[in-house]
Amino acid sequence: MSRNGPLALSFHALVVIFMLAPLVVVCLVAFTPENTLSLPTSGFSLRWFEAVFERADFLDAFHNSLILAFSSATLATLIAVPAALAITRLHFPGRDFLNALFLSPIIIPHLVLGVAMLRLFALMGVSGSFSWLILAHVVVITPYVLRLVLAAAVGMDRSAEQAAESLGAGRVSLFCRITLPMILPGVAGGWLLAFINSFDEVTLSIFVTSPATQTLPVRMYVYATESIDPMMAAVSALVIALTVVTMVVLDRVYGLDRVLVGKQ
Amino acid sequence: MKALRGYLLTGPAFALFAGLLILPLGLTLVLSFNVFDYNTGVDADAYTLDHYAEVFGDSYFYEVFFRTLWISALTTLLCVLIGVPEAYILSRMKAPWRSVFLILILTPLLISVVVRAFGWSLLLGADGLVNQAIQALGGNPVKLLYTPFAVVIALVHVMLPFMVIPVWTSLQRLDPLAEQAALSLGASQATVMRKVVLPQILPGVLSGSLIVFGLAASSFAIPGLLGGRRLKMVATLIYDQYLAELNWPLGATVAVLLLVLNLVVMLTWNRIIERRYKKALG
Repeated sequence: MSRNGPLALSFHALVVIFMLAPLVVVCLVAFTPENTLSLPTSGFSLRWFEAVFERADFLDAFHNSLILAFSSATLATLIAVPAALAITRLHFPGRDFLNALFLSPIIIPHLVLGVAMLRLFALMGVSGSFSWLILAHVVVITPYVLRLVLAAAVGMDRSAEQAAESLGAGRVSLFCRITLPMILPGVAGGWLLAFINSFDEVTLSIFVTSPATQTLPVRMYVYATESIDPMMAAVSALVIALTVVTMVVLDRVYGLDRVLVGKQ
Repeated sequence: MKALRGYLLTGPAFALFAGLLILPLGLTLVLSFNVFDYNTGVDADAYTLDHYAEVFGDSYFYEVFFRTLWISALTTLLCVLIGVPEAYILSRMKAPWRSVFLILILTPLLISVVVRAFGWSLLLGADGLVNQAIQALGGNPVKLLYTPFAVVIALVHVMLPFMVIPVWTSLQRLDPLAEQAALSLGASQATVMRKVVLPQILPGVLSGSLIVFGLAASSFAIPGLLGGRRLKMVATLIYDQYLAELNWPLGATVAVLLLVLNLVVMLTWNRIIERRYKKALG
């Protein structure tokens, strides 16, 4: 087995530094006792974290984002699981079209979807509605659930199902007791990936949220364009911490390398 | 019977996608032909080609489209130059380092793009760490933030995982014995790279480039936060038309063009990849 030479390893070290530098800097600045974003800082302080928890707008936005990500990931899973099972097991006219349609939000720019939904919601008179915001998010995160469930359903051994069927299991108990447990890692992994993507989504949300339904990324985006102080770093550090925790859970549930790279 | 079950199971998803994907995209296409007046707003009953004429006739739009094009192309090129060797180095690492570094390089993907853009604004700011390093080495401070440089650097940071993933996947399919066979037959390391490794990972590189280019060309938060007010890309231009100028039909026109350009680039690229495959097989 050939090994990486010193040149390759230095290149690798530079890439890793490049990938982590902005995140590490954000976390360092978050603990500054000063009023400016300069590094290195003179000491260590939690004052900017305290400042975050005194900002009602940020807390509301965080609350909105959590409910939004939870509801949209759940709804996306509820529609993606039956769709994935139908696509992998049944042959019917239009199947390939439906598959392509359900995966298409990955290649359509979120910005274009955002302005399109802004127009639709304006015509319907539901601009700024939280329920419609949830449905908008369901559209953009469904592909992530669908892909993972499709992979799980394709790779699954059908003989257990056939055995249960021949023993007289009904459709409902067949699904609940055989199929669902077998594709559960894909379903749970898909839900978590959808949750993260909904929680991080900013481009589409900026068009279809109102000040009352503003999500955390949108609030942060707007805040960053208006003023920059270490509180932004503290919020960012909290988001990074939350994402890392979710990723650890995702890794335990489904395997992070499988989610990020696909089947191995 | 089977068909009916298929439609029943995909029905809820289809209803949602028909109502919230196909319908709004159609409405936006129609909107791009609607007459607009700054005093009275959108006239949904009157149609015109004025917005397309304006976009194709005004050098400002050319400038923004051209800038978006070269920034995305440069981002794609840099992602290839960094991502391909990095994926190769990763694939030659031993466990457990391999998965540790793979996850370290790919996980920024899951962290909000606003956070990452903010991180770069800290690094590239007037008294940021990069400028401090330049000064420590005896150079003069450079204006980095709000320049195309900052946008490209941050885009490469955001897009690199999308290049590493497909290249990594195709490297996994590469038979290490082929490399060893070539080496044992006296081929140099460079020849092995050129004749054995590169041809096999080329499809991965091409599909990675496609994703990177498409996402970079429509990126919004990075140019919005790191490009400043004057350095517009197509996405920030559309945002301005919708939420600052309130000229929705003109914004819709640019959005339709962005979508069409994206799809054209993707389909052409796919053709190229398919032809390559055919060549390789035939």
